Amino acid sequence: MKEAYWQAEQGRFNSFCLGRPAEEVPRIAPSICGGSFFAHHLAAVKALDDLYGVEPTPAARLIRELALNASHIEDYVRPLFFSDASLKAIEVRRRNRKVINYFFGRASHPEGGLPGGVSRGVTEQDRGFIREAAVFSLEFIRSEIERFKNGLLADKSRLDKLRNDPFGMKSYTMAQVDQENRATFYDGRIRVIDPDGKEYTKFPAGDYEKFVAEWIDPRTGARFTYLEPLGWQGLAEGGKASPLYLVDPLARLRAADGMQTPFAQKEAVFLFDTLGKKPAHDALTIQWARLIGVLQAAEGNVLIAESPQLTSRDLRNMNLKLKNRGIGAVEAPYGILIHHYETDQDGILTKAAIIAPAGNNAVPISISLKRAAQEFVKGQEVGEEFLDRVETAFRTYAPSLSSSVCSPGKMPIHVQIRNSKGDIIREIRRG
Amino acid sequence: MTDPAWKKHLAKGKPKTAIYRLRGCGGCDDAILDLNETLLKYADLAEIVLWPMAMECDTSRIQQMKDGEIALSIIHGTVCNPAHEEAARLLRAKSQFVLALGSCACFGGMGRLADLRSRKNMLKRRRQAAPAIAAPAGDSAWSEIRSGLRLLGPEADRPQTERVYPLSEVIRVDYFLPGCPPPGSLVAEVFSAGLENKLPKRGTTLGPSKALCSVCPRNRSKPARMEISQFRRIHEIEANESCFLAQGILCLGPVVRSGCGETCIRVNVPCRGCFGPAEGVRDTGLDFLSGLASLISAETEEDVHNTLEALVDLSGYCYRYNPPSPGIGKQQGGIDDAKNRHPSDTQARRAREDRTVS
Repeated sequence: MKEAYWQAEQGRFNSFCLGRPAEEVPRIAPSICGGSFFAHHLAAVKALDDLYGVEPTPAARLIRELALNASHIEDYVRPLFFSDASLKAIEVRRRNRKVINYFFGRASHPEGGLPGGVSRGVTEQDRGFIREAAVFSLEFIRSEIERFKNGLLADKSRLDKLRNDPFGMKSYTMAQVDQENRATFYDGRIRVIDPDGKEYTKFPAGDYEKFVAEWIDPRTGARFTYLEPLGWQGLAEGGKASPLYLVDPLARLRAADGMQTPFAQKEAVFLFDTLGKKPAHDALTIQWARLIGVLQAAEGNVLIAESPQLTSRDLRNMNLKLKNRGIGAVEAPYGILIHHYETDQDGILTKAAIIAPAGNNAVPISISLKRAAQEFVKGQEVGEEFLDRVETAFRTYAPSLSSSVCSPGKMPIHVQIRNSKGDIIREIRRG
Repeated sequence: MTDPAWKKHLAKGKPKTAIYRLRGCGGCDDAILDLNETLLKYADLAEIVLWPMAMECDTSRIQQMKDGEIALSIIHGTVCNPAHEEAARLLRAKSQFVLALGSCACFGGMGRLADLRSRKNMLKRRRQAAPAIAAPAGDSAWSEIRSGLRLLGPEADRPQTERVYPLSEVIRVDYFLPGCPPPGSLVAEVFSAGLENKLPKRGTTLGPSKALCSVCPRNRSKPARMEISQFRRIHEIEANESCFLAQGILCLGPVVRSGCGETCIRVNVPCRGCFGPAEGVRDTGLDFLSGLASLISAETEEDVHNTLEALVDLSGYCYRYNPPSPGIGKQQGGIDDAKNRHPSDTQARRAREDRTVS
């Protein structure tokens, strides 16, 4: 087994957008991309800010950040709909979607982001429901963290497997951080940490092309994102020399020096104290890290809900100066998301590209598949565990590609095994 | 109206319900979740036999069912590959009623913007137009691969239908509930109508039929005589509470169906037509543009020309959610006539037959 590639049903985003007015893209992107709807809307809107050389007003910034935090929270509670915690989870989801709907119309297809601001603000009279949603969510997420930790800490053998995994991927990690290198969702600089935990680089989103490139392989439609200065080296692991990097909730914690809010910071310290500095990149550790990120989102919204500036009526900075190129980045629930647009002199799109978490993690997914294939595929013989390992790779690094909450063990998978000439010698299907 | 088939399902106890996503963003699954606690109640009263978002997505269980055993299948998303087509046909055969949920299933939705471009061009763009693509060194076939002329591996084998199909072009659909996504309140009405045996006659669109303008909170601000002397784009104005069209901003309110809850208007952005044509409207774009033409205020032909010049990407505005016909791509150099056939008799079927499954 020489190489393993994956192919998922993916959109053709730029083809939907070219020739269309740039300001319409925040309304189109969430429908085409799906999954993290608000993150796509916001990354597109931030790219418009950059395209028009404009900073959003303080109130607009708060409103965007409030809704982004709310979207992280509602994304987390969604799979809990039919769980034991369902009634509280439903209430958390309902309240956070109400916050997004209030400012952006529809949580699934947000509408209100414009260059330099937002289209709707909030009055002092309406502030109450935002405050209540934030406090309610914070209380729920704190109880979720306790529930999660109690479950995990009681399982010593599982815990041991997650500690400083010797077989884990030796990779760089990437996430957005603030000036003090703390994890941040709305804006900041993109920081890359090497496999030893040292800072490799830090750059503004607008410079991403200097550090991130995509390699196309004719054998798959997936695009492999890698660290450009290190050069493409194929689907190989190689510690610091390898341009492989990870983005996901755990990578986010590893790429930052800490969290912005007190409870989240305390929990992040506890995670690394418990699992060591380099925990296994396992679905369970990612889930734990994700909870800590969501905790920061909930704490952040409690602060925003009290901010005097939130109810300002100054919602748009209209000093728009089109400059033909705009790039915007935000932390989506599963990792960093970058939107990149270029336009003609009328603001009509000539180029559009998205670097999404699933694309950022295309290399680690492939490497996991290759490892599984080398272990379980011998000639035409395929071991029983192979399909489960394929599914695990997707669930770990690209939850949005695996129908997100479809029951484990049931993900539809199609495997082709080819000989060195490229001819198919065996096919396996599930679902 | 009571359909005898539906009555039979209710009499048997819990009616079986399937929820399935074809190609789409998943926003319609969220619309179903927006029923909140009510959904838990429905989940007790009906038996959900398939819902990939929330439970196992194994369709083999459905294949073993008798024809018509499922009372209602709710399908969202578009048909754009043979697997979608297969799933849609399977659910049709096993279901008494099929509901097309959301704009994609009802009219093709935003996915049909893809029909404006040919697949080859899309691949070429995907490989050439993205700003950050590096070429593999020393690959002589690279130029062909990069230009989309040469495909290898899964991308070449991955069959797709010739264009993007709304559900009703592939199977018979009993009910339509448009919206991107439909509001939870209308989805809840479908569930309660089903359980209370109050489903309307087949073929009905489940939602109000009046145009959005008739319920728009800005309708009162409309001037007695509407005239447009200059078209403007949404980012060019600050939020206000006046009729968008009166300000020269394209808004599809006059020709599209209401029922969405005016969510866009209420956050100060104009309608892009996700609920599809209002009653009496056959082609939203044509009807909208003919109405729009009569509003243009200009003294000379040159003035008219200058005013119209500001309008760009009309297909993207007027047909964003519901393109009128399969022909739309052909005029844009997209799919040629010979290939523009139904998915069941095109390369999709051939690709299926050619597969060697061991």
